[in-house]
Amino acid sequence: MDESVIDRAVYAELQDTTGAEFVAELVDTFIEEGPGMLAELRAARAEGNAERFRRAVHSLKSNGRAFGAVKLAALAREFELKGLDADPTRDVAGLAALEAEYARAAAELKALRNG
Amino acid sequence: MAEDTSRVLIADDNKVNRLLLSRSVELLGHGVSLAENGRITLERLRTEPFDLLLLDIEMPELDGFAVLEQLKADPRLREVPVIVTSSVEGVDNIVRCINLGAEDYLRKPVNQVLLKARIGASLEKKRLRDQQKALVRRFVTSEVAEDLLQSGFALGGKRLCASVLISDIRGFTALVESQGPEETIDLLNNYHMLMFDAIGSHGGMVNQIIGDGLVALFGAPLSLDDYAGSAVAAGLEMLDLIEQFNHERSAVNKSAIRIGIGVATGDVVAGYIGTQQRATYTCIGDTVNLAARLEAHTKVAGCGFLIDDATQRALGGSVPIQSLGEVPFKGKAAAVEIFSVMAGQLHRQT
Repeated sequence: MDESVIDRAVYAELQDTTGAEFVAELVDTFIEEGPGMLAELRAARAEGNAERFRRAVHSLKSNGRAFGAVKLAALAREFELKGLDADPTRDVAGLAALEAEYARAAAELKALRNG
Repeated sequence: MAEDTSRVLIADDNKVNRLLLSRSVELLGHGVSLAENGRITLERLRTEPFDLLLLDIEMPELDGFAVLEQLKADPRLREVPVIVTSSVEGVDNIVRCINLGAEDYLRKPVNQVLLKARIGASLEKKRLRDQQKALVRRFVTSEVAEDLLQSGFALGGKRLCASVLISDIRGFTALVESQGPEETIDLLNNYHMLMFDAIGSHGGMVNQIIGDGLVALFGAPLSLDDYAGSAVAAGLEMLDLIEQFNHERSAVNKSAIRIGIGVATGDVVAGYIGTQQRATYTCIGDTVNLAARLEAHTKVAGCGFLIDDATQRALGGSVPIQSLGEVPFKGKAAAVEIFSVMAGQLHRQT
């Protein structure tokens, strides 16, 4: 497992404070909701809707931080601060990196969840 | 413990965040309800009582800033404590939340120890505020409390038109001497409860209690359409309730009590008098003096309920009255025509 994807200390603290069983359910929810959040991000980008884009990326950042998905949170935060690029093609690489990091975080969380 | 029954509303558009906060708050022993956007948050706050709101900022439909703005503008909701839980970027956004009335700001993911401390502090502050309000309401009427909450406190009065009702128990001194102090206090409490009920149900507010005497205002501090009619209706209900009260007293071999009521209508000056440290809402002027004279005169006239000319004119014949002619009152240059309200016929009239 790649420890740089999920900060183990954050994940362990989450389990300590809210219970391992609850965290397992929370991971399931994140994995269920994640694709929707990414789709929302793509749709907002396609529509050029900055408000919608910021909200979607903000949610990803916030969830990333909750689970200790440090890279995912950092990439999302970058997008949140930068906002939509005037040239849509320039966001493509960034979005792809974000989606790839989400996939890694989800896989890592799934592995941690199953113990 | 107040904490056991505290109800916390969590507003967040993200499901993971909602579940996580909800779990954290439940682990602290509080009840939780959830809202997924600003509009639903306001709807829930307007229909159910909550002790605390945990509010996210980035939300669809209505964001956290808009929710804070609406809470601030709503007198019924502005006292609900709000802790903003967000990972919104920029100190200026946090400052904006505080300026809009949020009590505190917690960065997400929320640290459980901090959450416990902040929720505890907010609920304790709210509990103390509620306690203070309850205390204020015990010593001033809810109308005055509302007036204070809306307009703030300032010494000084304003002139307005109102009806003043003054009543007291006939032969109260003799009654006090014939029974123990506990029994007297008990009697007074029962009596006041009945009188407050009659006055309040007609839109009046009891302004002063002096032993067995009551001064009630109709039309101040909050305006009332038919203040004279309401004051007379309250007086009639007071007499009716006393009759029922006496019925119960006679069943346990206690003597009947009798009251005298005077109602006068006209200009009064109402407002807060006293000092900045200790003040009372009161009402002064000729109308108050006249109501007191009318009440005192019920003993002389041998009837229970006297009103002045301004009050009887405002009634427009809706209540049977009888003119008792003009009476010279102390402090009045000219004699005043007074009217007796025919309390015996009230059942057919009301």
